[in-house]
Amino acid sequence: MAAADKAKQRLAVAKTYKIYIDGKFPRTESGRYFTLEDGKGTVIANICRSSRKDFRNSVVAARKAQRAWANASAYLRGQILYRIAEMLEGRSEQFVAELVLQGNTQRHAQKEVEASIDRLIYYAGWADKYQQVFSAVNPVASSHFNFSVLEPMGVISIIAPDDSGLIGIVSNIAPAMVGGNTCVVLASEQQPLCAVSFAEVLHASDVPAGVVNILTGLRSELTEQFASHMDVNAIAFCDGSRKVAATVQDLAADNIKRVISRRRMDWLSDQTANPYLIRDTQEVKTTWHPIGT
Amino acid sequence: MATPENKLAFDGGWEYDPAPEGVEHIRAKKRYGLYIGGKFVAAEKGRTFDTINPATEEKLARVAQASELDVDKAVKAARKAYTGPWGRMKASERGKYIFRIARIMQERAREFAAIESLDGGKPIRESRDVDVPLAAAHFFYYAGWADKLEYAFPGRKAKSLGVAGQVIPWNFPLLMAAWKLAPALACGNTAVLKPAETTPLTALKLAEVIADADLPPGVVNIITGAGDTGAAIVNHPGVDKVAFTGSTGVGRIIQKALAGTNKKYTLELGGKAANIIFADAAIDQAVEGIVNGIFFNQGHVCCAGSRLFVQEAVAEEVIQKLKDRMETLIVGDPLDKNTDIGAINSSMQLEKIQSYLEIGQQEGGTMHQSSCSVPETGYWCRPTIFTGVSQSNRVVQEEIFGPVLAIQTFRTFDEALSKANNTPYGLSGGVWTDKGAKIFKMTQSVRAGVVWANTFNKFDPSSPFGGYKESGVGREGGLHGLDAYVKLGV
Repeated sequence: MAAADKAKQRLAVAKTYKIYIDGKFPRTESGRYFTLEDGKGTVIANICRSSRKDFRNSVVAARKAQRAWANASAYLRGQILYRIAEMLEGRSEQFVAELVLQGNTQRHAQKEVEASIDRLIYYAGWADKYQQVFSAVNPVASSHFNFSVLEPMGVISIIAPDDSGLIGIVSNIAPAMVGGNTCVVLASEQQPLCAVSFAEVLHASDVPAGVVNILTGLRSELTEQFASHMDVNAIAFCDGSRKVAATVQDLAADNIKRVISRRRMDWLSDQTANPYLIRDTQEVKTTWHPIGT
Repeated sequence: MATPENKLAFDGGWEYDPAPEGVEHIRAKKRYGLYIGGKFVAAEKGRTFDTINPATEEKLARVAQASELDVDKAVKAARKAYTGPWGRMKASERGKYIFRIARIMQERAREFAAIESLDGGKPIRESRDVDVPLAAAHFFYYAGWADKLEYAFPGRKAKSLGVAGQVIPWNFPLLMAAWKLAPALACGNTAVLKPAETTPLTALKLAEVIADADLPPGVVNIITGAGDTGAAIVNHPGVDKVAFTGSTGVGRIIQKALAGTNKKYTLELGGKAANIIFADAAIDQAVEGIVNGIFFNQGHVCCAGSRLFVQEAVAEEVIQKLKDRMETLIVGDPLDKNTDIGAINSSMQLEKIQSYLEIGQQEGGTMHQSSCSVPETGYWCRPTIFTGVSQSNRVVQEEIFGPVLAIQTFRTFDEALSKANNTPYGLSGGVWTDKGAKIFKMTQSVRAGVVWANTFNKFDPSSPFGGYKESGVGREGGLHGLDAYVKLGV
């Protein structure tokens, strides 16, 4: 391009892709980055290479936010998930463009964004229903009123699928958060852009700070942290070799963390959306009370 | 026993006469083999160990000690039954077999109760009224599920897993066997079960019941041994599912051992339950709840109410009433129907409890024990409470698994809640108040799988049981207990 032409043209403003902790968008405290390149080797963006410290900070934020989020009414949680879908719909072109930029076809990108919006609507609708499906009043033989309900496990660490930019992370965050959990999520390493943009969508959707925290970074560096942290109640991980799965469970056992393996799932398929994914991050609590005078 | 200062004198100044349960009716053998493939067989290496009566230290029987070879045999027998008759049988027929087990156990309940008390040291009143009837009820409950699983998992199809490897503790030997076997069988699995080494007898008697019920050989295999036998079951590649009840320490080892396998697992682990007494509680009932919470089964209960939190305004009254009530508790012969607290299960467990009594005092706690007499032989521990302890004390943080209660006070709801939840455990909890709204707020806020409000230590086959946090993974009992023994497909 000739120098004269360049002088006339408006320079596009590139986005700085940051991480999302406690409702804020910091850069990684470590100051490190990795580059995301397109197929031709052109640098698309410098991505935060989050550190273990970023992860620990995220867990603190998630823990702090958890009780209030769990105590929010199911109706409210449902509406907030619906709001996320609304925001995503409004910004769908950006997400399609980011997916294309990261190597997806236009057609696939379109389909993935639409499926992600629909998935959020799907789980929004479950907010005030899964409890009714999975709870029980138990007919004990003694003179007691006895019932079992679901309660959120607490803080969930999620290693989102690496081979999907948006639908994978959405499909794992939604069932955890709709059930009153808070989470710390490691975005796809291959396609991290949408995860960061999705954090911006969350931020504009009345999701309280700390409920969802999203980090970008290297799996090889962070998986063990996600599995071993003593204040995380469950880990959901979506890919990795058998060896990685073994390491995750081994480290998770330090605090008897629940291990949810979601490997080899076709996240674009409706089959992978069901209330059993909500139940995966729920505990069953049983309460007894005497019946008498 | 009654002293002038003692406000409670249940004996009215008279001594209780001994009221021992007869044991002449029980049919116990002096030697037991391993129950594999429908037959009692000797261990491959011929090794045995003795099981003793913890109340007398006398030997009850010699049982086979299973090695890896025996575990392998048992798993193969279970696999053969799974791919064979049990797997092919109509679900409704499987259910009928399980119903049959329940009925035979009811018929032989008295015998089971006596053996449970002999082998484990628990008071006959408890084995007779709690352990054995609940075990039979558990089989009866799950029997009915066998042909109804399609209604338990909406939108999903439940399939059996295969061979379940099950390792159970010594505190409720028969009941834990029932908790493990009944849902496993109802869901179409076969099982290899190992009772604890100090309490193998009722599980071996259960093997006789299973034989009498004519279950196909290999559907249930019961093998005896210690920790290495349990490890061999957990690690056997032919096992599809591991169910364990025991300490958090061993549970952690099992979860690690299963890493990288596709074995499903449920873990019922330790606890340090908070029992919270508000000033507006019915105090006398609450005191009964405290006693039941910590002294039931000598405190050998994973969900025992071993941490007591009393609101300051009533602390003095509650503690005094508790001490008075403790004086009435009879510690002694497990077979005596008047006995409240039986024998500590083993010398090892007694040593552990005694070490905590020393630790508690070294840490500055004030120890109080009832003044009752205990027999000269056998393993005994008087009911014990600690006051003047704080959150960081080991007797407050660690599971003692004995009749030892740590008492703290609180002023506000929030203080009680934060203290109650300040533990890595989350198995159970108790709340005592006459105010309904407070009950619901507290029961919702305590991070535990089972919460008793104005009651404690109640169990039922239809009621799910299991912990949050480091108290375990999964539930046993009720509709939710089915999950542990199925995989869900579409």
